[in-house]
Amino acid sequence: MSEAAVSSGALAPDISSDIRAARSHLARRFLKNTLGIAALAVLVLIVLAAIFAPLLTSYDPNAVSVLNILQGPGAGHLLGTDGAGRDVWARLLFGARFTLAGALLATVVAAVLGITSGLVAGYYGKWFESVSSWVTTLLMALPGIVVLLAARAVLGPSLWSVMIIFGVLLAPAFYRLVYAAVSGVRNELFVDAARVSGVSDFRIIARHILTVVRAPIILQASIVFGIAIAVQVGLDFLGFGDQTIPTWGNILNDGFTNLYRDPQLVIWPGLAIVITGVALTLFANALRDELEHSARPSRRRRAAVATAAAEPVPPVSNTIVHDEPDTATEAPLLHIEGLAVGYPQPDGSVTRVVDNVSLNIGRGEVHGLIGESGSGKTQTAWSVLRLLPSGGEVLEGSIQFDGEDLSKVPSAKMQDIRGGRIAYIPQEPMSNLDPSFTIGSQLTEPMRIKLGVSKAEARARALQLLGQVGIPNPERTFASYPHELSGGMAQRVLIAGAVSCEPDLVIADEPTTALDVTIQAEILDLLRDLQQELGVTILIVTHNFGVVADLCDQVSVMQKGRIVETGPARSLFANPQHPYTRSLFDAILDESPARGPYAEVLPR
Amino acid sequence: MLTFTVRRLLYGIVLLFVIVTLAYLLLYAAAGNVGRTILGPTATQATVALKNQQLGLNSPLISRYFSWLGHALTGNFGSSWFTNQPVTTAIITRLQVTLILVLGAVIVSAVASAALGVWAALRGGWVDRVIQVFSVLGFAIPGFLIALFLVRIFALGLHWFKPTGYVPITYYFGGWIRTVTLPIIALSIALVAGIAQQVRSSVIDSLRQDWVRTLRSRGISERSVLFKHVLRNAGGPALSVLALSFVGLLGGAVIIEQIFGIPGLGQIAVLATSQGDVPLVMGLVVAIGVIVIVVNLVVDLLQGFLNPKARIS
Repeated sequence: MSEAAVSSGALAPDISSDIRAARSHLARRFLKNTLGIAALAVLVLIVLAAIFAPLLTSYDPNAVSVLNILQGPGAGHLLGTDGAGRDVWARLLFGARFTLAGALLATVVAAVLGITSGLVAGYYGKWFESVSSWVTTLLMALPGIVVLLAARAVLGPSLWSVMIIFGVLLAPAFYRLVYAAVSGVRNELFVDAARVSGVSDFRIIARHILTVVRAPIILQASIVFGIAIAVQVGLDFLGFGDQTIPTWGNILNDGFTNLYRDPQLVIWPGLAIVITGVALTLFANALRDELEHSARPSRRRRAAVATAAAEPVPPVSNTIVHDEPDTATEAPLLHIEGLAVGYPQPDGSVTRVVDNVSLNIGRGEVHGLIGESGSGKTQTAWSVLRLLPSGGEVLEGSIQFDGEDLSKVPSAKMQDIRGGRIAYIPQEPMSNLDPSFTIGSQLTEPMRIKLGVSKAEARARALQLLGQVGIPNPERTFASYPHELSGGMAQRVLIAGAVSCEPDLVIADEPTTALDVTIQAEILDLLRDLQQELGVTILIVTHNFGVVADLCDQVSVMQKGRIVETGPARSLFANPQHPYTRSLFDAILDESPARGPYAEVLPR
Repeated sequence: MLTFTVRRLLYGIVLLFVIVTLAYLLLYAAAGNVGRTILGPTATQATVALKNQQLGLNSPLISRYFSWLGHALTGNFGSSWFTNQPVTTAIITRLQVTLILVLGAVIVSAVASAALGVWAALRGGWVDRVIQVFSVLGFAIPGFLIALFLVRIFALGLHWFKPTGYVPITYYFGGWIRTVTLPIIALSIALVAGIAQQVRSSVIDSLRQDWVRTLRSRGISERSVLFKHVLRNAGGPALSVLALSFVGLLGGAVIIEQIFGIPGLGQIAVLATSQGDVPLVMGLVVAIGVIVIVVNLVVDLLQGFLNPKARIS
């Protein structure tokens, strides 16, 4: 294990958030992780072997015997004898005592120092916080081995003093972890509540805060323990340790000096170190996996959305079709016929989220696809783009776009169609721009591919588009990064991106849902203006009849993966027939919020 | 950006000053009778006293410290107590060697871990599992044990590389390659294991982001999505791990240099600390401190390049 790994704190930030959710079932779930349990069992065995070393061998690990130098395994000596005639098995067992105890000492020192200072700094803050973070930076800037070598020069070769100093050097590993977690929960409501109800600081720390970081501390401890072993063995191996005691490093050193006379002598201590190291790492990995598993509600929430969309489709009922006065004379631009989308499940079944959906969208038309969340409207939109989330697939049906079945064209062709002929406006403006590139570079990249224009031309066009979508200072926005824009601005940029390569069809997936109410109206105005200017066809996915009324010529109402009613917006508004359509209307008339609950719009 | 750089630099210099001061005071406080240490137990009391006087050890610690600091600022760190070689010369010749090893390891691990991490994230399945196992082993097995295996197989067994020694690159390139390859690999393996994991999870994480779908919806090729956009976003966290590993890498080089008999900073560190050669140790502390500060600064700048949000105007 590299000493560096601990200071990297790769674990700290992830774990500190939302650990509270983790703690309840963590232990139970860990018990189901076979690899983790096996690793733990190996560790316990090693510790037991160290504790009961005198019972497992009758030899004195330090008994030198000139007559028995370098004997092979067997014949009284289980693993043979070393360069001084000492029993290797006995030295390994007793070596485990010193090596493990030394590593334990370092871990305990690091944990005690790091946890207490982390708790104090995180909970009380103030000057202690700045001082300790300074000391942390200082300790982390020191190369451990060099400090230990210097300490050895001063203090002499003592295993214990070296391990204590190393513990101090490793304290930041715990400090950072505890500090991040504690300052995260310091102002949580449950801590405030405890404080208000007169619970002492000590009890708050013990009851509410320590439990939060318990599991990550165990994880960090197992990593620190492994590193302490590695460093200690390394120093002993180089001959800087206390030669009078058996440690794995000293045994390895002896094996190394006799490498040519008896190569197997390096194998035993090497194996002991590798097995312990691997077991510790596997234990830590298993613990981390379980921690991360429960510390990421976002992923579960996302999965929950997917399952919501995966509500089973009810038995077929016919779509109510409102008569269209002028039955299309020319072929529709997009003609979806009998589309079914499904997600194969681990048990072999397939969950259908869209079933037998048929849609006709004429050229220049604005078509609204409306339904509540989970009704399959976004899945339908994504299957047109062939951008279904991994695992999703079109099971049945055809998607005819300008005479071509999109479900069958090769992926290279589809890549040409995407962006070039069919464009997409996403729902969440802020998460749909690559945070690492400027707006300008994200706008020009597709244009240079699709339109084959030069860099300068693409830039000029991008600036013109930005002006067209109502961005006040195109030059500045062009050079900005996504995090420097507001949500409304970002959505304008995404709309500019969608129309940049003169597509025939724009698919807008709830383009206003994530925006403030005033901005929503502006974006709808923009979409309407652009549609009229460019004559582009739009498929707009929404759950808001206001949007449909504002923008759409045609509407299709979707419920549970099916289209239940379709027709011209005017006619459907005048005479909604399906009970579901009517209930959507009632929702507006009741003036109940057409948007999601308040919490969803809060800025994150 | 400039003020940010200057501020980080000033911060680093203050940090270096604190480390150097602490090291100086501690080392001299613990040094005991220096003249006796240098001359050995057979020297007479008088010669020991004379030696101490020559070294200026009779003046108070604080005034010695300030005089040392004044000289240090001009690049004069005094001479080794045991060899009389100027500290600056001793360190600079060896620093080059260690920097070659450490930078080599950084480059090798950056390239290898990016490749392995992306491969594991994209292919999944057995590729992912093999790389996971490799990561566990690489992380769990100490670098010097790996070095021993490498020496046994590739140097003593196959004779592809030299087991010990060092040939300067300016002297003979082939010989240089044959001496630095194994040490660099031994230094890199733990790093590769750790960073590949980081790259893997960042790539998986980035691929799940909404903007990846939007990029694809614009008809951007899979190659550009992956290597231009996803990798750039995944690079930041990986770089942090790499940067923090750098200090550890300097420590690791100490052991690796011992095993391969390479005349780098590690060798001099071992020698100086075991003899108690304080001027030399102080020179090492300064050299390593400067390296750490420079590396942190470079990483901050790179981080700003990779992640616009980290940029401070």
